[in-house]
Amino acid sequence: MSKIPLERKVLNENDRIAAQLRARFGEHGILCLNFVSSPGAGKTLLLEKTLERFPKSERVAVLTGDVQTDNDARRLARAGFPVRQITTAGACHLDARMVERALAGWRLEEIDLLLIENVGNLVCPASYDLGEAAKIVVLSVAEGDDKPLKYPAMFFRASLLILSKIDLLPYVPFSLAEARQNALRIHPEMEILELSSTTGAGLEAWQAWLQARRDAAAAESPRATRTARGKV
Amino acid sequence: MHELSIANSILDAVRAEAARRPGARLVKVGVRVGELSGVQPDALSFSFEALVRGSDLEPLALEIEDCPRRQRCPECGREFRVLDFDTACPACGEERTRCISGDELDLAYIEIEES
Repeated sequence: MSKIPLERKVLNENDRIAAQLRARFGEHGILCLNFVSSPGAGKTLLLEKTLERFPKSERVAVLTGDVQTDNDARRLARAGFPVRQITTAGACHLDARMVERALAGWRLEEIDLLLIENVGNLVCPASYDLGEAAKIVVLSVAEGDDKPLKYPAMFFRASLLILSKIDLLPYVPFSLAEARQNALRIHPEMEILELSSTTGAGLEAWQAWLQARRDAAAAESPRATRTARGKV
Repeated sequence: MHELSIANSILDAVRAEAARRPGARLVKVGVRVGELSGVQPDALSFSFEALVRGSDLEPLALEIEDCPRRQRCPECGREFRVLDFDTACPACGEERTRCISGDELDLAYIEIEES
């Protein structure tokens, strides 16, 4: 009997494709964000409101994942930006290959911002890297403020926590302070925003966060470097 | 419940190893599952057994090593295991400590019998 060390990731193949995607996004200066939450936390409405506020000239594209139906893609397409639905036919998460396939035919050089709305699920999407620059976890105040403790894997991997539906705070026993504290226990470096897509409260801070990340991604891209050199 | 997909990925890797070692009988595969991996060890064992049963790999066994979350303090260098979600440094009280393990989902080894 002999024991042979393997020492690699179980999701080696997914990680390989995700790394390729990340390299392609980097090459084109694309900021890719992966939105995760439980079902009904308000990912789609937040994306709708975000898209609505962009000028039509903005180079934004959206991939949206669901187990069934293209309802979300139809909602998001109203803003006039390119949107594709990924229907997972039962799978509880998006993986890197689904994203790779969904991008086929899109000209990446025409995109600056790629928003991916994952399947509503706080467990499984945590394991699958999609090549994104950051995961954004949306937690609505209609849920429990202890969710970061219940689903630590997701909150550990997300860079930004968006506490959504804050217009409902008067009607629910949710404590923003508790939620923040719980998120920071799991992930001490977590950034946190509070907003309501319905009333628009907090959307400006969210847009500012997005713009800062976009500026950083654009500054790092080889395209920006080339342009800068060209000017000299 | 994505443990079935995870178990499938483990078996794909095992089959690839088996193909490189003709004649060897696969006995066991070892994986490391961190508490922050998002993978539930019991569900993974259950899925693994269901996939192996009646397959060419039967009676391949799965050994799971649970990996707790550990942090390192950037201030005093203390490394510690996180209990009850408390990520503050037990030595100096620093709150912003860094995770050094607990998010593993790794294939550690396979055990084979050479014929």
